[in-house]
Amino acid sequence: MTNERRFAAAAWALVAIHVAVLGAGFLAPYAPTSQERRLPFAPPTRLRFVDDQGRLQLRPFVYALVAQEGSFGAYREDRSRAFPVRFFTPGASYRIAGLVPARIHLLGVDEPARLFLLGSDGLGRDQLSRFLHGGGVSLFAGLLAASLSLGIGMALGTVAGFYGRWVDAAVMRAAELFLALPWLYLLCAVRAFLPLDLSPGLAFAVVVAVIGLVDWARPARLVRGVALVARERDFVLAARGFGASDLYLIRRHVAPQAFGVLVTQAAVLVPQYVLAEVTLSFLGLGVSEPLPSWGNMLAALRQYPVMASYWWMWLPGLALVPVFFAYHALADALRSRSRVLA
Amino acid sequence: MRYLWRRAAHAVLLLFAVSVFSFALVELAPGDYFDEMRLNPQISRDTVADLRARYGLDRPLPARYALWLRSVARGELGYSFAYASPVGPLLWPRALHTLALTGSATLLAWLLAIAIGVQSAARQGEWPDRLWGALTSGFLATPDLLVALGLLLVALRTGAFPTGGMVSPGFGELSAFGKLRDLAAHAVLPVAALVVGMLPVLVRQVRASMLAALASPFARAARAHGIPRRRLLYRHALRAAAPPLLSLVGFSLGSLLSGALVVEAVMSWPGLGPLLIEAILARDVYVVVGAVMASTLFLLAGNLVADLLLYAADPRIRREGLS
Repeated sequence: MTNERRFAAAAWALVAIHVAVLGAGFLAPYAPTSQERRLPFAPPTRLRFVDDQGRLQLRPFVYALVAQEGSFGAYREDRSRAFPVRFFTPGASYRIAGLVPARIHLLGVDEPARLFLLGSDGLGRDQLSRFLHGGGVSLFAGLLAASLSLGIGMALGTVAGFYGRWVDAAVMRAAELFLALPWLYLLCAVRAFLPLDLSPGLAFAVVVAVIGLVDWARPARLVRGVALVARERDFVLAARGFGASDLYLIRRHVAPQAFGVLVTQAAVLVPQYVLAEVTLSFLGLGVSEPLPSWGNMLAALRQYPVMASYWWMWLPGLALVPVFFAYHALADALRSRSRVLA
Repeated sequence: MRYLWRRAAHAVLLLFAVSVFSFALVELAPGDYFDEMRLNPQISRDTVADLRARYGLDRPLPARYALWLRSVARGELGYSFAYASPVGPLLWPRALHTLALTGSATLLAWLLAIAIGVQSAARQGEWPDRLWGALTSGFLATPDLLVALGLLLVALRTGAFPTGGMVSPGFGELSAFGKLRDLAAHAVLPVAALVVGMLPVLVRQVRASMLAALASPFARAARAHGIPRRRLLYRHALRAAAPPLLSLVGFSLGSLLSGALVVEAVMSWPGLGPLLIEAILARDVYVVVGAVMASTLFLLAGNLVADLLLYAADPRIRREGLS
């Protein structure tokens, strides 16, 4: 029962995180590319509830930031005018789930004040907005790459395990080749031979494809093991005796048995692939600006002053920890679940 | 012995396959190192064509592969355009640095993991065990990249450690002892980052296989005989727990090398990782192929060493022979 509970907690946490990044357009106050060049590395904006006369305000407000003359990255609040925080306010246009155009944002303030709830980056872009949008890019890169590698692994693994003999030998030798390389080196090598300067959308697709294509060998081996056992099961032999075709056998009898293994494997692989995207983008080989991803946002930390002075630039990296924690808990729960069932 | 030969032959075959695979990728890649020159109006078309011809880039793929194989035989491994030198002399010192980093990290991580894992298993369920359990799942969720960046921040903030590189600027003038100290000071953070990255997996495995060993009848018999606890744990139980751990040595090598790539890049440790990344960005294809081959070689050699250790540790395998 506790296992069921942990499973539910991890699953709900992951659902919440993914819904948050999917709703980035609405939750984020600004577009991820919108710049305020006057305010680089602005600290998180303070939400205020008590005004200068000491009265409590029901609606929180902020003051506009003004750069201090002569020093970089130092700001003071301009107290002459208060900017109330507006809810459900129109702002930059975005698309809900990439389709329906919309303009309403959860939070916003009037110009010239800016609502940098988590500070701004070197170009004066809102870190919270980039964090949410970038989370979508990174997390979904992991999910898409995992479905790609599991799909290929499933197809090759079942075919190899089901048919055996030379098909099996060929697939497994190829898998050995892919497993003989340390995986990040392999990833970089494959990425090396693709064009470097791509448009952001294309770069995202390339990263997903490279991660997914490079790591098919591990799921393929797992599925092959299941398929090898499955085809010798009595009910499969019986079905074959009744004249079932190979395709029918794979579809109805072998694939469903492999599915449980694959679901657990997915919970293991997705965080690894998210990390792969983050690492590649951090190294400048992945998703490129201006499209934000947690990896290319972290790349700002490669400059020592940024790393040492602006803690809010660390957020995309710190966010990986709870995400990975939830995925690991999910994988553990799935594993012990399948052990109970078996 | 025959097994060893067969494994070596297999490894050579795999290396060969990896090289063919990388060359196929090179062939598919659009553009080469000289592309940027072509855009430069001051360099004539003929010069670029000459350069391409000199490095054999105008030949078909099989011919280039044959050229490359010949240069591998000479130990050159092709030619780096960016460094204007053969790849071999460029690669070996870098590979050595990576080996030193990963080797010392592996040694340290295993020593720590055995100490922690054995103690956790011996006092299963008590507070140190639960503390380590919580810590390992926390570290498991912390990516190498974040650990490396965090340690670098510590170095920047405290000034206690050098912030990157492998040696200080005046390294040549130092005494032998001073050189050693300088190297050690630079190695602390990268090694620590790798150890933190490896530790959770290792601790979990050591604990699990120690628990299995302690639950087996022989351990109970030994306890009944009154063999001291320490002797039972480290002499008898650890020995029985060793085989699955030794196969983990080989298994975890791939992720170790990948982790090393990240750590090297973040802490500017002059290993294979930064060389590979620079080469990718400069389209220096033979360096890329060389670095990939070197990492494959590490992985294969490490797996072989792990299997030989397993062979030495497990009498059952020795008797039956490895299949």
